[in-house]
Amino acid sequence: MLAFTIRRLLQAILVMLVVALIAFTLFRYVGDPVNQMVGVETSAEEREALRERLGLNAPVMVQFARFIGHAALFDFGTSYQFKQPVADMIGKRLPATLELSLVSALLALLVGIPMGVYTGLNRDSALSKFFLSVSLIGISLPTFLIGILLIFVFSVNLQWLPSFGRGEVVQIGWWSTGLLTTSGLKALVLPAITLGLFQMTLIMRLVRAEMLEVIRTDYIKFARARGLPDRIVHFRHALKNTLVPVITIAGLQLGTIIAFAIITETVFQWPGMGLLFLQAVQNVDIPIMAAYLMLIAFLFVVINLIVDILYFLVDPRLRAERAVH
Amino acid sequence: MRRIKSVAAATALAALLASTAASAETLKFAFQGTLNQLDPYSLNETFTLGMLGNAYEGLTRRGANLEIEPALAESWEIVEPNRWRFHLRKGVKFHNGNDFTAEDVVFSAERLRAEGSDLKTRLGADVKVEIVDDHTVDFVLPGPNPILHYEWDTWYIMDKEWTEANNAVKVTSASDTNPNHAALHANGTGPFRIDTHEAGVKTVYSKYDGWWDKPTHNLDTVEFTPIASDATRIAALLSGELDMVYPVPVQDIKRVEDNDGTRALTGPELRTIFLGMDQRRDELLHSSVKGKNPFQDRRVRLAFYQAIDMEAIKDKVMRGLSTPSALMISPFLFSRADEFKRYPYDPEASKKLLAEAGYPDGFSVGMDCPNDRYVNDEAICQTVAAFLARVGVKVDLNAQPKAKYFAKVLASGGYDTSFYLLGWTPSSFDSWNVLANIEGCRDDAGNGGQFNLGGYCNPEVDKLAARILEENDPEKRDDLIAEAFRLTIGDVSHIPLHQQGLAWGVSDKVDVVQRADNQFLFRSVQKH
Repeated sequence: MLAFTIRRLLQAILVMLVVALIAFTLFRYVGDPVNQMVGVETSAEEREALRERLGLNAPVMVQFARFIGHAALFDFGTSYQFKQPVADMIGKRLPATLELSLVSALLALLVGIPMGVYTGLNRDSALSKFFLSVSLIGISLPTFLIGILLIFVFSVNLQWLPSFGRGEVVQIGWWSTGLLTTSGLKALVLPAITLGLFQMTLIMRLVRAEMLEVIRTDYIKFARARGLPDRIVHFRHALKNTLVPVITIAGLQLGTIIAFAIITETVFQWPGMGLLFLQAVQNVDIPIMAAYLMLIAFLFVVINLIVDILYFLVDPRLRAERAVH
Repeated sequence: MRRIKSVAAATALAALLASTAASAETLKFAFQGTLNQLDPYSLNETFTLGMLGNAYEGLTRRGANLEIEPALAESWEIVEPNRWRFHLRKGVKFHNGNDFTAEDVVFSAERLRAEGSDLKTRLGADVKVEIVDDHTVDFVLPGPNPILHYEWDTWYIMDKEWTEANNAVKVTSASDTNPNHAALHANGTGPFRIDTHEAGVKTVYSKYDGWWDKPTHNLDTVEFTPIASDATRIAALLSGELDMVYPVPVQDIKRVEDNDGTRALTGPELRTIFLGMDQRRDELLHSSVKGKNPFQDRRVRLAFYQAIDMEAIKDKVMRGLSTPSALMISPFLFSRADEFKRYPYDPEASKKLLAEAGYPDGFSVGMDCPNDRYVNDEAICQTVAAFLARVGVKVDLNAQPKAKYFAKVLASGGYDTSFYLLGWTPSSFDSWNVLANIEGCRDDAGNGGQFNLGGYCNPEVDKLAARILEENDPEKRDDLIAEAFRLTIGDVSHIPLHQQGLAWGVSDKVDVVQRADNQFLFRSVQKH
C-alpha cells in the first residue's frame, strides 16, 4: 500500500512537470505581454528594458527552470496586469470557484440521480420522454448559450435573478462565502444551473442505463419473487448497485466542473479563478496563466490519486494480486 | 415603561425610514475591461486614467467638450517663452486631510519621470520644476512648447507625504515583485475617494465631502464592476441591475434604445481607424510581388484608397456608427479639418492606377488585423479585402487577438507587416502627436515615428513637425499643421478610414455627460 502510494505520488509529480512544460511552451505563442503592460507612448528601448527585467528574453528552458524553482516554494510571482502576488489573487478567487463548483455538483447529483431512477423504471412514460429530451438539450447546447438563455429569461424578462456577479459576500477568515446572504444565494442559482446542467444530464443518463441493466439481473428477479415491496427492490437493491460507476464518474467530473467553470464564470462575470484565467489569457499575464494551469493539474492529479487509492481499498482483488508479486 | 420603549422604537424606526428616504444615491456601472491597479503613473491607458481621474486630479482638467479648464492650478501664464508659471489653488486637501502645496507638484513631477513610469511623455525629462512659493510653481523648458499642458489633465498630483509614508515613491512597475501601496490604494484631491478596490471584481467609490469644487453630481457611492461578456453587460443594463454600461456593441444599440427605461448615447470617438502600408522595405514580407515593393509607388497606395467604399462600411459594418475621415486626426481636434476631403471611391480609377503602376492583374498581399481591439475591427478588414478583390488585389487576411497582433506589427516584432489596420487617438488631443508618431520618419528599431509601422517618410513633414512643436502662435501653428497634412495626404501616406463611434447604454434614471475621449467622469452624473 505504501509503495503503491509513493509510486503514484512520483507519477503525479511527473505529470505536473509535464503540464508545466507544455504550458510554458504554449506561452511562447500567446503574444507579447509587454505591449499589454505599457501605454502606446512607451518607447521601444523602455519596452526592451522591461522585457529584460521580466526575464522574457531568457531561453524558454531557463524561464521554465526559474518558474519551477519558485513554484516549488509556492511563489508564483507577480501578476503583470494587477501588480499583486499571483498566489494571493488566486487564493482570493478560489472560494468563488469552489462554491460554484460544489453547488453545481450537488445539484447535478441530487437532481440527476432521481431523474435517472425514474426514467430507468418508467421507460415509456411521457415524463421520462420529457426528461430525456431535456437532457439532450443539456448535453448538446454549449454552456455559454445556456447561460445567456437563462439570463435572458430570468434576469431580463422576469427580473427574478441577477445576471452577473456574486451578490453580497461574507468574509469568514480568508474564505469569502456567498452562501449566507440572500443576494449571494440568488446570484448562485443561474451560474450553478448553467455549470451543472451537463453533469446532471450525464449522471441521469448513466443512472438510467445502469438501472435498465440491473433491473434485468437475476437477483432483482429473486428479490421480487421474495415478495419484497417495489420501493426496497428499486432503491436498496437496484440503485445501490448502480452507484459504483456513478460515484467514480461524479468524482472525476468534479475536477472537470472546476476546470470548465471558466466559461460559466465569464458569462456571469463570476469573480472566480476561471474568469481571472481568461482575463490573463487576453492580456498575456503569464504568471497567472502558469499558476492556474498548475493548480488545475494539481486538482486533477489529487482527485485521480484519491480515486486510485479508494479502488485499492474497495476492491480486494487488487490487493490480493499485489500480494502475489 | 413599555410605552416609552415602543415610542422610542417608533422614533428609531422613523429615523431609519427618513435616512433611507433621503437615501444614498448609488451609481452602478460596468465596463468591458478591468481597472487593474491604482497607481496613476503605471499605465498610460484611457480607461485606467479615466477611472483614476475620479479620485485624482491634475493641474488642469478637461470639460464636457474637452476644453482645458483650471483644476488644481487656478491659472497659469507664460512669463518668458521658456518659463510657465502655475498658480495653485489654495485650501485644497487630499482625501487623507493633507494640504495640497507646491511641494506635491514637484514631487509628482519627479515621480512622473522616474524609472517605471509609463507617463513620462507628460513632461519632458529636461523640464525643470521650481517652487516659487507654497502655491506657485514654475516650469522651465529647454525651448518653447505651446502644448506643454495639453496632457496634464491626466497627470495626477499625488500627496508627497502620503506616498513617502507608505513607501510608494517608486512607481509600481510591471517587473516589481512586491505590491506597492499606491497600486492598491488611492489618495487624491478629486470628488470621489476609492473605498475598496478588488482588482477585476469590483471597485467602490464614495463621495469626498472636502472637495474644493461645487459638486454637480448627487451621488454618494459609485460601484464599478468589469463585465467582459457583451451579452451579460447589456442584459444587466436591460434588467435594471446597472445604471450605465459601456461600450454597447453596435448590433445591440437598437435593443438598448427599444427597451423601456434605457437609452443609448452615441457619438464620434476621437480615435481614427486607418490602414497603413509598408513603404520602407524594398521587398514586401508578405506579397506575391518579388524584388520590389508595390507600396513604394504612390499610384498603388492611391489605388488601394480609391478601391474602398467607406460609406458602405459605415452602413453595413458599423451600422451608421462611424464617420468616414479624410484626416489622420479627428476633425474635432483640428479646427481646419473641413478643408480636407477624402479621395473619392472609384474602383475604375483604382484599376487604372494599378495598371499604370504595372499591376494590371493586381497582386496578392498579406494583411494584419486585430480582432478584439477596435469596434468591429475584423469585419472592417474583411470588407476591405472584399473591396480590394474587386480591383484585382488578393488580400490574405491574418486577423488575431490584440496580444498577438501587436507583438507582430510593432517595433518589438520587427514591424513584421506589409498592410495593416490600426487605430490612433492623439493623447495630447493635438495634431503634432499624429505627425510625430504616425507620419514621422523612423529607423528599423523604431526610433522616430514609433507607430509609423509602414515606415512612410517625407523629410518635409518632419521639418514641419519640428516647427509646429515650437510655434507659440496658434494661427501660424494651424497653418503649419494644415501644410503637413496636405503633404501626407498628397503622398497617400496612410488610408484614413473613419472615426469609430462610441456607444454607452444608460438607464433613464441617470443623466451623464459623454465625452468624445470615452472617459466616464462621475462628477457630472445626476441620478433621480
